[in-house]
Amino acid sequence: MKAIHDLLEKAKVPFEKGGRLEKLYRTFEAFETFLFVKGDVTTRGSHIRDAMDMKRTMVHVIIAMTPVLLFGMWNVGYQHFKAIGLEVSFFDQFLFGLIKVLPIVVVSYAAGLIVEFIFATIRDHEVNEGFLVSGMLIPLILPVTTPLWMVAVATVFAVIIGKEVFGGTGMNILNPALLARAFLFFAYPAYMVGDDVWIYTGLQEGQQLVDGFSGATPLAYLAMGEVERLPSVLEMFLGTIPGSIGETSTAAILLGALVLIATGVGSLRIMLSVVAGGLFTGLLFNLFAVNPFMETPAYYHLVMGGFAFGTVYMATDPVSASQTGTGKYIYGFLIGVVTLLIRVVNPAYPEGMMLAILLMNVFAPLIDHYVVEANVKRRMKRWKSTQLKTT
Amino acid sequence: MSDNTNTQKEPLLSAKNRKLLSNPLGQDNPITVQVLGICSVLAITVQLRTSLVMAISVVAVMGLANLIISLLRHGIPPRIRIIVQLTVIAALVILVDQVLKAFVYDVSRQLSVFVGLIITNCIIMGRLEAYALNNKPWPSFLDGIGNAAGYGWVLLTVGFFRELLGSGTLMGYQVIPNFAYQMGYENNGFMILPPMALITVGVIIWVHRHRNRDLVDVS
Repeated sequence: MKAIHDLLEKAKVPFEKGGRLEKLYRTFEAFETFLFVKGDVTTRGSHIRDAMDMKRTMVHVIIAMTPVLLFGMWNVGYQHFKAIGLEVSFFDQFLFGLIKVLPIVVVSYAAGLIVEFIFATIRDHEVNEGFLVSGMLIPLILPVTTPLWMVAVATVFAVIIGKEVFGGTGMNILNPALLARAFLFFAYPAYMVGDDVWIYTGLQEGQQLVDGFSGATPLAYLAMGEVERLPSVLEMFLGTIPGSIGETSTAAILLGALVLIATGVGSLRIMLSVVAGGLFTGLLFNLFAVNPFMETPAYYHLVMGGFAFGTVYMATDPVSASQTGTGKYIYGFLIGVVTLLIRVVNPAYPEGMMLAILLMNVFAPLIDHYVVEANVKRRMKRWKSTQLKTT
Repeated sequence: MSDNTNTQKEPLLSAKNRKLLSNPLGQDNPITVQVLGICSVLAITVQLRTSLVMAISVVAVMGLANLIISLLRHGIPPRIRIIVQLTVIAALVILVDQVLKAFVYDVSRQLSVFVGLIITNCIIMGRLEAYALNNKPWPSFLDGIGNAAGYGWVLLTVGFFRELLGSGTLMGYQVIPNFAYQMGYENNGFMILPPMALITVGVIIWVHRHRNRDLVDVS
């Protein structure tokens, strides 16, 4: 340890004030703090410091996303070989997925971190770790066929317009990863919706798609009214269905959710209330069903599309979600309700999780405001009633 | 700046008058600083050509409206001044609309109601109220032209980026080469939607504030 520390101290010299690489100090600092906490001390007053700083929080989220990422990689390969009717080993399936998914992850991180470093240098603040999570979330919510330059453009857009214009990490109104996806969704719809984007079908010589192949997601089948082609609930729960890279497997997502809840990083209140909102609206639709989509059992919605992924990783984003306890219930519940509304009532978008969370992100401060107001009012009333008794 | 303060003749483009023209382009820009007239920026900047025609129309209407109201300023009873201003603007807008219909019919069709809606453009009304009613004709005319130009350049900038990125064309001519499309480049459909106009204006404001530090609101 001592040797590494000495090495870093030596390497630091040209980056410090007056040094020849002074401009790159923030870049150096970012890498330095990966290894050692900075030796700053507070100068006045007493301060309590928690070991759970931002870097550690973000690392926990990354750990929670690992099962989803690994499963997503395997599923990319599995779906591809299923589409061309080839039986290959588990390892080959995973390797194929790895080759397809890894470039997206790398591009997303590279594009986002470059922007982060540029802004940290211009504004002279520490490079924040917020993008570690966003950079991983972005690949997980994209179809595997998304061209890499689009990933880069969307990431840059999301980091600049979604985060930096508001002042950087912790100041954003919207979830940056979802903003990147929404950007792609509206900018290049041909690559983000439809039946051809979810499974990689680039064929090599001598390969062909199996008869009756369709790349449609379960939600697309429902939107088309072809209920009989829907995969079984178990398949949808395990995630061996077409979809965005990380969103398909509810099982893997639940594993991640356990990590988030156990470490206290993700809010259990939000997760539960999103599910409650979704189930409630689903049951309501079942009661007044007029078409196959509305007749679908409510719990189907929890395992289809991005519902589970959005619930666990997106809705719980501590920056863009509601901050107050009661607010979290309202915020989560409304996400569930709006998701189902968009899915079932709106024929244009078979998936509603993205738009629902973005919409509720916008309303989160308002919800918080009224929760606080209500609390103030209640306590004022209580105070007044005690005043009356004493006089 | 009432009429009787300076009786001696001042040159047509004195420093003060030049300021009337240049201030609204930068530090007093009607869009990026006063945030007026946003609705038309969202509506008609999908293409550069419509933006250009709109900018020219507004320059013509605003310069003339300021001039006319300034000439009439002693004859307008204060209680009905708004309706008089509206009448003048409306008459000018109808003139512009007819000219557009006669000479650039297709652009006029694309602009549709938005030519008529120049009447409700808050910048014009604002300048009439704030400047033309109290000032001599020539400075008023310059003020109108300056503010319209300040509105115009933002319009053109937004239109430039939206058409370039959204349709790959400029003034209707394709500028993104075909081989770019063959390499997998796609036009950005989001640029054509109104939200992107708002974001583009936001970015212009951002750059503007960054270069003009005294505009930054620190409160």
